[in-house]
Amino acid sequence: MKFNLKVWRQKNAKAEGKLVDYTIDNIIPDMSFLEMVDVLNDNLVRKGEDPIAFDHDCREGICGMCSMYISGRAHGPQHAATTCQLYMRSFKDGDTIYVEPFRAGAFPIIKDLVTDRSAFDRIISKGGFVSVNTGQAQDANNLPVDKAFAEKAMDAAACIGCGACVAACPNSAAMLFVSAKISQLALLPQGGPERNNRAINMVNQMDEEGFGSCTNIGACEAECPKEIKLTNIARMNREYLVASLINE
Amino acid sequence: MSELNSKIPEGPLAEKWDNYKEHAKLVNPANKRKLEVIVVGTGLAGASAAASLAELGYSVKAFCFQDSPRRAHSIAAQGGINAAKNYKNDGDSVFRLFYDTIKGGDFRAREANVYRLADVSRNIIDQCVAQGVPFARDYGGLLDNRSFGGSQVSRTFYARGQTGQQLLLGAYGALERQIGLGNVKMYSRHEMVEVVTIDGKARGIIARNLITGELERYFGHAVILATGGYGNVFFLSTSAMGSNVTAAWKAHKKGAYFGNPCFTQIHPTCIPVTGEYQSKLTLMSESLRNDGRVWVPKTKEDAKAIREGKKTAADIKEDERDYYLERKYPSFGNLSPRDIASRAAKEACDDGRGIVPSGLGVFLDFADAIKRLGVDVVKARYGELFPMYKNITNEDPLKTPMKIYPAVHYTMGGLWVDYELMTSVQGLYCLGEANFSDHGANRLGASALMQGLADGYFVIPYTIGNYLSSEIFTKAIPTDHPAFVEAESVAKERAEKLIGTKGKKTVDDFHKQLGKIMWEYCGMARTAEGLTHARKLIQDLRKEFWSNVNIPGTLYEFNPEFDKAGRVADFIELGELMVIDALNRNESCGGHFRLEYQDEGEAKRDDEKYAYVSAWEHTSVDADPILHKEELVYENIKLQVRSYK
Repeated sequence: MKFNLKVWRQKNAKAEGKLVDYTIDNIIPDMSFLEMVDVLNDNLVRKGEDPIAFDHDCREGICGMCSMYISGRAHGPQHAATTCQLYMRSFKDGDTIYVEPFRAGAFPIIKDLVTDRSAFDRIISKGGFVSVNTGQAQDANNLPVDKAFAEKAMDAAACIGCGACVAACPNSAAMLFVSAKISQLALLPQGGPERNNRAINMVNQMDEEGFGSCTNIGACEAECPKEIKLTNIARMNREYLVASLINE
Repeated sequence: MSELNSKIPEGPLAEKWDNYKEHAKLVNPANKRKLEVIVVGTGLAGASAAASLAELGYSVKAFCFQDSPRRAHSIAAQGGINAAKNYKNDGDSVFRLFYDTIKGGDFRAREANVYRLADVSRNIIDQCVAQGVPFARDYGGLLDNRSFGGSQVSRTFYARGQTGQQLLLGAYGALERQIGLGNVKMYSRHEMVEVVTIDGKARGIIARNLITGELERYFGHAVILATGGYGNVFFLSTSAMGSNVTAAWKAHKKGAYFGNPCFTQIHPTCIPVTGEYQSKLTLMSESLRNDGRVWVPKTKEDAKAIREGKKTAADIKEDERDYYLERKYPSFGNLSPRDIASRAAKEACDDGRGIVPSGLGVFLDFADAIKRLGVDVVKARYGELFPMYKNITNEDPLKTPMKIYPAVHYTMGGLWVDYELMTSVQGLYCLGEANFSDHGANRLGASALMQGLADGYFVIPYTIGNYLSSEIFTKAIPTDHPAFVEAESVAKERAEKLIGTKGKKTVDDFHKQLGKIMWEYCGMARTAEGLTHARKLIQDLRKEFWSNVNIPGTLYEFNPEFDKAGRVADFIELGELMVIDALNRNESCGGHFRLEYQDEGEAKRDDEKYAYVSAWEHTSVDADPILHKEELVYENIKLQVRSYK
């Protein structure tokens, strides 16, 4: 297969970036998108040019590091898949493919397709946990958890923190990400004691990082590689509202 | 006599750890604040250690090369975590988990460490549940279990096919909490490139800031490495692209002995290699073997027809199939341990009965399970795994059998550590996959998560105190100390040499070449002749690398090709040590299979001569390393032939 690529190149955080044209040939349909970029980079290195910088690590769709905005979609055209799990068979021979970084004010570009998503870590550090020190736990089966709730908590906990929700959202909102963690812990009894402070603190940090607000567009859910549901945002809003009333 | 002091506490096996804890020296809370600990790596072992030590009051600095501590490759573990809870009332106990782990490791692990691991396994589950890890539950709301390779009881706790992810996010949450409280300072996108030692004690590290390329100096009263395994020495493995041996290797060159480097695990259920371009291999969880049946056609002709696309799995009738694991190992069947299942797959394929075009693949078939349980139950049980397989291969495992083949997955070898998890360098610790300690020559499924968290949550918080209690008078050493200056200049010189080479071959060219050598000669089947040849090939490769590698760009910028080059340079040196170790070990055990030492395909151990840990001391890259032996003394179990028949 042959492709025309238009790839965002930006030397560093301060430099101006632009789309640069590349053509690539002899691509096998079973290659992953990142392997296609590997081949392109291999060509560039052999020509003495600077290869395209991009984040990636596990290449199994679970670490959340890969993050390309491909032809106008976070992680590309395939539903419920990260960039590393996108295969070239999803494209037509001769396609022109645009490759850009995940764009958001709160995700500054480091180089080319690599962005700084540490804002997510800072939000988690404000409450995305249960405050239980090592060694303080009781026996695991002392507290039964309704299977239905445990399953829902797991659905929310599946978030990989890639930031596709932010990249897909016209408002650059991080509400799907934040609500996934708040939901997971709100659905489990272990999260109970801290639920009010958690909702307030995480939402406040989210705002401070410069993420936008939710206007119920739903692009985040549509593009989420782990199919995190929009209903989590509704739950987060309830948690936040109740917490605001109680905390005053 | 053992040459190395493993510091195993006195007393009966079951009381050693309690005895140790009761007598270990403590550090008072006011002094803990003044003591700084460096933790490199933020996977299960590193994140849990950093969080737990910060909870205790130590001042912690944590480092990871990824953009966030949550990305560490522990996240990709699928199947589960073992714990001797005996919730199923099926006869499990701490002793049984201990015994299974020792036996699974083919009697090449240290008794006292493994017993402690089995013992604290129960606390791990409690801790993780309390953190809000959403484990699978049954309808009564209690925790569910499944059984896993190499075990006859149901002791594996799981969170769909994402157990590693959920456990890591639990530890990451605990770590972020401590970061938020100011007790841990986190350095993401930083790679450790040197250990700094002063008067024989580890006192800090040199780290490369991967964004700016600058070398930075960090002091610690103690340094903990939790930097994972070195499977990427084979180029293709189930490790993440960035997984590397660099931190452990630098420590090795600073005096930390490397234990059992040749013990690598080849996992039986991975998606087969399809082409040269491939960048990594994907594991399909071992848990699939609970319901999947492994087979190849009985005849070479049928296998050939399948390879050529003239027949499909469905065309092969039941009595024309060879369910070889069930045939060869009737009591464990498809749940045979990994090394055994891998070797059996290799045997079937070497016999010309592989079913993918390359000849290197076997079937993993769910048809019976679907008939017995229904599609919905099977789908629910394996969550993400089926869609993931379908996405990668374009085939639906609910309709046609999966195709699988063994791939490099885990490294049992690693830095040698004593009972306190301290390496042979004072104040330098090593946790998780990066150390050699608990899995002997083969790791059982669902034991890696257990070990990582045991080390980080429940072992190091006690053992480090025993060392740091004597360090309370040591003031933080300024990083302009000559030892820091020297370590930084070594790192700098090396970096400049690498980037300045400007040769003809890419970093990946070398990495792939190394991988081929390792897989061919130091993979599933090894011989003295092959290993001797491999050592020469690796030496030549190393020389060529340092004179002919081409790294684009400059040092002082975001330069992933340079990062990769540094790692490959270390892999090449490690590869040689692995070959030396494999050559030294004239026996077959676990993942180390020497063709010369076998009983009709079954590994033939030599307990007389090789019941020891080989701990290698670095001399120089051009000279032989020195072998130290830690004799393995078994006081509580009898060494026997490891049989799963």
